[in-house]
Amino acid sequence: MSDDRDLVSKDTKTIQQELTSSMNPPTWKWFLLVGFLGLIVIWGGIAWGYQIKVGMGAAGINLPVMWGFYIVSFVFWVGLSHSGTMVSAILRLAKANWRRPILRGAEALTVFTILVAGTFPMIHLGRPWKLLYFLPIPNQRGLWPNFRSPLLWDIIAITTYIIGSSLFLYLGMLPDLAIVRDRSSGWRKQLYSVLAMGWRGSAHEWRVFAKASTLMAVLIIPVAVSVHSIVSWDFAMTLVPGWHSTIFAPYFVIGAIFSGVAAVITVMVVIRKAFHLEAYLRPIHFDNMGKILLVVSLLWTYFYFSEVLTTWYGHKPIEWEVFTFIAERYWYLLGLMVLGNSCITIPALCFKKVRRSIPAILIISLFVNVGMFIERFLIVVPTLSHRNVPFIWGVYHPTWVEISIMAAAFAGFALLYTLFSKFFPIVSINDVMEGEILRSKTQLGRTTLNTHITEEQQDGNPGTF
Amino acid sequence: MSMKDTDNKGHTVKYKWGMIIDLDRCTGCGACVVACHAENNVPFVGKKKSGYGRAMHWIRIERYWEGEYPNVRARFIPLLCQQCNNAPCEPVCPVYASYHNAEGLNAQVYNRCVGTRYCANNCPYSVRVFNFFEPSFPDPLNQQLNPDVTVRSKGVMEKCTFCIQRIRRDKEAAKQERRVIRDGEIQPACAQTCPPEAMVFGNMADPESRVFRLSRSTRRFRLIEDLGTDPSVIYLKGGGHEHVR
Repeated sequence: MSDDRDLVSKDTKTIQQELTSSMNPPTWKWFLLVGFLGLIVIWGGIAWGYQIKVGMGAAGINLPVMWGFYIVSFVFWVGLSHSGTMVSAILRLAKANWRRPILRGAEALTVFTILVAGTFPMIHLGRPWKLLYFLPIPNQRGLWPNFRSPLLWDIIAITTYIIGSSLFLYLGMLPDLAIVRDRSSGWRKQLYSVLAMGWRGSAHEWRVFAKASTLMAVLIIPVAVSVHSIVSWDFAMTLVPGWHSTIFAPYFVIGAIFSGVAAVITVMVVIRKAFHLEAYLRPIHFDNMGKILLVVSLLWTYFYFSEVLTTWYGHKPIEWEVFTFIAERYWYLLGLMVLGNSCITIPALCFKKVRRSIPAILIISLFVNVGMFIERFLIVVPTLSHRNVPFIWGVYHPTWVEISIMAAAFAGFALLYTLFSKFFPIVSINDVMEGEILRSKTQLGRTTLNTHITEEQQDGNPGTF
Repeated sequence: MSMKDTDNKGHTVKYKWGMIIDLDRCTGCGACVVACHAENNVPFVGKKKSGYGRAMHWIRIERYWEGEYPNVRARFIPLLCQQCNNAPCEPVCPVYASYHNAEGLNAQVYNRCVGTRYCANNCPYSVRVFNFFEPSFPDPLNQQLNPDVTVRSKGVMEKCTFCIQRIRRDKEAAKQERRVIRDGEIQPACAQTCPPEAMVFGNMADPESRVFRLSRSTRRFRLIEDLGTDPSVIYLKGGGHEHVR
């Protein structure tokens, strides 16, 4: 564990300095990056404008395949947003100490991915300017939105999740905002003063903070589970062969956590490199995240196997038709998905060397996310291609409009993340400091003792860091 | 009177619209498709878009080939909205653009439609068509638009209405004369045009009506009935090899 001991000697000020390095005054490189990402987002906006002007025909959708890349992207981005909850809330409740440097990055990932996800259904609408029909606004005709429609559940779930995950991010950031408030000047100081809400760091404040954090962690987990269950019910509630399946809700939740954990690993690698956080995001963090990814990968494989097995065994003509169509026409995508999500990931992650090697785990996490994107594509598009009436079976090809908007989504997410890390500490200072204190040692005669001991560290268990 | 003669509030309704399509009579000529386009202002999309699945037919003739060459037979089945009594398209619409009216029709409120296209995905018969573009009527089709029917804008879902404008007109006429609509008085454009009279439209709530009597035929079947959609369109089985040869 000697490689993990290098922090203890550092004093508070150095740690704060290092963890807020992302907030240093921007260089020309930063402006270049922001400008580049901004241009892609603007291009996506132009593409959307074109689509609104021309009609949905600008996208590749057609009569059998009424939902295309926008819905695929929507499910994909909602899936990514399950990262923050998973890492932050579950590990917080599990009191896994190694979570500390990852928390903020994962929570921010959640907020920005769910924001990006939330825009896709609007882009997908034939008449986005009629969006207000979704809202329960009292009107002369006494018309309400249709609460029987899974799409309306979706809107409620996504909105709840956006609000909940933003609060979760903000709450965890309070003490850090106070730190940056004390270290900044000018308009930034004013901004952080407002945002920090007068945090002083008194014992009472910390007590309330700890209680609130635990409470939020408990509350956000069922919200996250419900969000992706409801996304799955957009499909499972229909009569469409291949969609109408009881397994979809847990299958989608696991898939979401799977892609979310992989996304956290990817982002960890990026911010580690970009902000020189090598001392904080150490191989042990990748090792532990790799273990989680392995478990979720096994779960996903199990769910996928169950789904295909029941389809194959039941051999209901139309269900089997859908599956054979996927296997024949999209065999390369199906193969890539199974490779990326199971065949490569599971054996590779069994090895500690792979989990601790940052390039290796980066490649695996990217593979998983490509695999998960394909999974969503294979659920949405080929299933719609072959529905009950064979006369109108058809195929779908995405257009430049859809590709542009998807590129803009990635750029927009990266842009939000870049801006966020410029204005807010991307690594949770208070959590890392707390972890440092918890694991600090003191010399007493010839023995070295932990200066702090927590409940789970008793009975000779040193606890994981 | 069958069980279906009440609306969702329990009030008795006089009419329950239904259709019989006799596949033995259908020749696959496509006159119904043309008539429907003309009556309902269904836009023209052209060959290219049509080839990519953007054709907008409220009724289409599906052609299936049967047998091995040279003993090949073409089988036709005209497919229009089945006006399901338990319609999968209705509950999934988040804004109530798709709803069920008291006379058993799946109505579509164009003004309300936001274009989620969820209904079209959930329709097992795939009979809902979407305005992918602003509707176009190349000359001289623009000269013959039906003034009784709106032209739907881009981004809106549309579908067969059983020519609801004709139903409305005849209902008003009948009301003025203080009588119920006579059997065969209302003809949707497709049924009116069908040269071999393969389509019969009428009131299923009236046991004396032609549709009701035909619906008792031993040749009756409904499409994908096992899904429990309870369609109002009843097909009479074509003769097939065993009957016709």
